[in-house]
Amino acid sequence: MAFDVKRETGEVVIVDVEGQLIVGNRQELKQAILAELEGGSRKFLVDFTNTGYIDSSGLGVLVSLSKKIREQGGELRLSSLNEDLRTLFELTKLDTLFRIADSREEGLQDF
Amino acid sequence: MSPEEAAELMDRELIFELPNDLQCIEDAVEFVVSRCSTCQDVARRLRFNFRVSLVEALSNAMIYGNGRDPAKRVRLEVRLQPGRLTARVTDQGPGFNPLRVPDPTAPENLLEEGGRGLFLMRKLMDEVHYNDRGNSVTLILHLTRPAAFRDQATA
Repeated sequence: MAFDVKRETGEVVIVDVEGQLIVGNRQELKQAILAELEGGSRKFLVDFTNTGYIDSSGLGVLVSLSKKIREQGGELRLSSLNEDLRTLFELTKLDTLFRIADSREEGLQDF
Repeated sequence: MSPEEAAELMDRELIFELPNDLQCIEDAVEFVVSRCSTCQDVARRLRFNFRVSLVEALSNAMIYGNGRDPAKRVRLEVRLQPGRLTARVTDQGPGFNPLRVPDPTAPENLLEEGGRGLFLMRKLMDEVHYNDRGNSVTLILHLTRPAAFRDQATA
């Protein structure tokens, strides 16, 4: 499991979640994104193309990050969730909190 | 695997005593899932619903049950029987009342970072039961066809 943080198109920070986003590694993701936020970045896209599963801790860290980013006037978007992952967001009603794009390209549109 | 072979391998149990360390969870869950050989229609629920629920049960046991105490341990018992896969997770804590957990989908709780673990287990598994003390949770996945433990884990 790993997180790849990069800036492909201008000011949007793209984070690829490789493997799992669970209780054992959520702090790594949090620290990586908060470091970018403190560095001045305000637009974040977390992409789940290569993600196996997420647990409630992973969902929680996304909620927490989204709040912090919004407080700074920014936005955290999500993209490329498979059917199972999307179901998690729907079950927990977190799909109402995030803008969830079908693809990375769609997530970057109008950002 | 023939139905006869599957029947022979059924009703076996995997038992683990895990250290109270969150870093162990992913490997433990992957080991259990890799040992379960099952039919295609259950494979997806095993891969996703069971994995997520088992992570939730183990992390709840380590964080809330055992209070992150590194001296404590968590017992994991996984059993394959005809028609069901059962995982029981038991911690060494005082227990809790699962009925007193607030609904994480209520508008006032939606922005909370925590509180979704038990909710997800209940949504993703066919049955979730706690013992009276509240320190042991049993997750049950219904199986529509025979399943068995592999003798050796596969990558």
